[in-house]
Amino acid sequence: MRKYTPKDNVQGKAYYTDRFWVAPSVPRSDVSEDAHFAALLEKIKESVAVKESYIQIGQMVVHIHPKDNIAVLRLVKEQCDYAMCTEISAVDYLAQDGEFEIFYQMLNLKKAKRIRIVTRIKEGQAIESAVPLFNSANFAEREMYDMFGIVANNHPFMKRILMPDDWEGHPLRKTYPLQGDEAASWYEVDKIFGKENREAIGPENRDPARIDRYDTKRFSRVGYEVPFGADISAGEQKTEIAYSDTLLANYNKSSKQLDERR
Amino acid sequence: MMQQPNKLVPFFENLNFERDDNTMVVNFGPQHPSAHGQLRLMLELEGEKVIKAYPDIGYLHRGIEKMAENMTYNEFLPTTDRLDYIASTANNYAYALAVEKLLGIEAPRRAQAIRTMLLELNRIISHLFFIATHALDVGAMSVFLYAFREREFAMDLMEDYCGARLTHSSVRIGGVPLDLPEGWLAQMMAFLEKMEYELEHTYEALLTENRIWKMRLEDVGVIDAEDALSWGCTGPILRGAGVQYDVRKEEPYELYGELDFDVPVSDRNDAYGRYMLHVEEMRQSARIIRQVMPIYRKSEPQLMAHAPQYISAPKEEIMTQNYALMQHFVLVTQGMRPPKGEVYVPTESPKGELGFYIKSEGEPYAYRLKCRAPSFYHTGILQKVLVGTYLADVVTMISSSNIVFGEVDR
Amino acid sequence: MAQHQVNYASAAGLPVALTSVDKLINWGRSNSLWPMTYGLACCAIEMMATGASRYDFDRMGTIFRASPRQSDVMILAGTLSKKHAEFTRRLYDQMMEPKWVISMGSCANTGGMFNTYSTVQGVDRIVPVDIYLPGCAPRPETLQYALMMLQTKIRKESADMNKNTKQNLRTL
Repeated sequence: MRKYTPKDNVQGKAYYTDRFWVAPSVPRSDVSEDAHFAALLEKIKESVAVKESYIQIGQMVVHIHPKDNIAVLRLVKEQCDYAMCTEISAVDYLAQDGEFEIFYQMLNLKKAKRIRIVTRIKEGQAIESAVPLFNSANFAEREMYDMFGIVANNHPFMKRILMPDDWEGHPLRKTYPLQGDEAASWYEVDKIFGKENREAIGPENRDPARIDRYDTKRFSRVGYEVPFGADISAGEQKTEIAYSDTLLANYNKSSKQLDERR
Repeated sequence: MMQQPNKLVPFFENLNFERDDNTMVVNFGPQHPSAHGQLRLMLELEGEKVIKAYPDIGYLHRGIEKMAENMTYNEFLPTTDRLDYIASTANNYAYALAVEKLLGIEAPRRAQAIRTMLLELNRIISHLFFIATHALDVGAMSVFLYAFREREFAMDLMEDYCGARLTHSSVRIGGVPLDLPEGWLAQMMAFLEKMEYELEHTYEALLTENRIWKMRLEDVGVIDAEDALSWGCTGPILRGAGVQYDVRKEEPYELYGELDFDVPVSDRNDAYGRYMLHVEEMRQSARIIRQVMPIYRKSEPQLMAHAPQYISAPKEEIMTQNYALMQHFVLVTQGMRPPKGEVYVPTESPKGELGFYIKSEGEPYAYRLKCRAPSFYHTGILQKVLVGTYLADVVTMISSSNIVFGEVDR
Repeated sequence: MAQHQVNYASAAGLPVALTSVDKLINWGRSNSLWPMTYGLACCAIEMMATGASRYDFDRMGTIFRASPRQSDVMILAGTLSKKHAEFTRRLYDQMMEPKWVISMGSCANTGGMFNTYSTVQGVDRIVPVDIYLPGCAPRPETLQYALMMLQTKIRKESADMNKNTKQNLRTL
């Protein structure tokens, strides 16, 4: 039986996992330690329910419910001078909780303070667009849609931005492989030459260590370049890779003593 | 030679000569001679005036954020070079700073001095490139050649330090890998003098009071403070709109808190103001580098932070001590495991506020990395700014916003 | 003269093999290669540096033309993404014969360090390439060397482009 590979997270894994390792956490401090943030948190708590809040690496993080995102953004913009929304994006936690975690990074230019507003939505749920408040959300939410599939309601132009319009799949999800699925790997060939020429062009070479001994491109042979397709084997027969007998021997099966020192 | 058959058909649907309301749709294609990379702008023109502008990006999307989820933190550092490929050290440094904040370590003093000098040198390189391409787009081609000559000297300095002209990887998480070579500081002084001389006698002399330059740049691409804040513009565009905000002054990192420099602000809101801002910022960068040199000379020769759990020992120890070798092996093959948590660190890159959001789950690979690229938002504002301008001003505005597509598309 | 096919590219239309005409035509073609700048990413900056003051490209007779209709050689510098591949092929088709392609940098050769879903793994999946330039980003001297190598290649080839083997995208 082959080894079970989980399909809900196909990203690269560390090649060695430490069984007894317990990761520490980045230290969090209580919001009351900073006067500005404490006052801000009070204001936010007056209008919406706050799930959690703390200060981490000099920035306050506030966890709220997804339906309150516009209310909080409007509050911090109009009443607390957080005039710029520098970043909006999402993190994929579908494998663990079935949710996406969306964050809004806000900046107060007068006091040079930053806060992060974090909310979680389920897969298939949409979030209200922040474009009426901050135009920077225009491109940022389109990118969120393109990369994760999270739709922002009432966005003026909810279309893909980084990938081509007819791309299938949402690349930054954990279920999407880094090297692309089948539709991705043939995308340019299908677009330009059509499906019938897939074998003529051949599959992509995704192996960075592939060496073709009779490859006429021969990057290392400067000064000895030949046209493509020319025969450079100089008459020798093509030999298949063969492993020596020692490596193929199965030591477990044989009862013969192989080590003379025993 | 026979034309190779393919499925592409002539692309006439974008050119619309006979529309009812006399507008023409022009596709400013993903490849055009303006040196800014792969921007596709679809412009609806009425005569020469632009009525609607829609920027289409994504032609350089390389999946860098997804690569970060599949590589260890140290492995990913050279990839950050390719984001803003004109000032590579700025990206490397922003990433290294974000990881250092996540780990809770600080680079030693000498490393900070070297990093500050490299960052300011990269700012000079990037602003020289800005002047060169801005002039080239507007039409002053000889300024392009002069600025590139200066840039070659600056790239020689970078090459002497880290070996590469363009994609530096000159900064590591926890410090810098190498100390400055002999004579580097003297060459840097000579370069700064030459650059300041040329700035005054060539670039400013040719451009600043030039009638044609002024006519092409004044009142073009007007971005006022409210728009800049709403659209997320930072850096020279925000300061060109009159808002005094520079991350180096407001949220200082490295040695910027101790140094004495000014941040130029313009209230002109237009492309001419931004051009003057870039020139003045180059002078301030030279001032900063001159102040850092004595700090470097007085510092202890330690280049990387001492945090054995996350950072390898210096090379001399790795080659001679056993435990240092073992730790280095583990850190290189497995990767370092930062604490669980998230961090967002803003830095002032030559283009604007460059920040990295890193979320770690305690694994050697980042769980999520988001690069907050200034050029992404500056491309967004083009939708608003280009409306009502003439076609020639479109080119001026694009080059004035100093966008780099490595950052926009990641 | 309907039966006698005159092929002006080779032998100036005479039914005699004249190598010197080939040489003359190839000399003209190689010494005034007009590149179409297909600068995509970081390699574009190095290409601009090659064309700028220190490493002057103009001394080889090149003038950077933006239009494909006026250029001979297409220098693909930088990462080609799948979204862009269609336009690259379109612009290559718009170039007039004789045309050559230089693939500059690792990303154009093989996809480079970007072994991801959106990068074309090698520009030779889309257009036939004559010279591959390794490097990330290749130094300006490398690009100059590549152009000189292309000039040597052009001089060795026949002036009649139909006789030259190009990488024909495998069997297409």
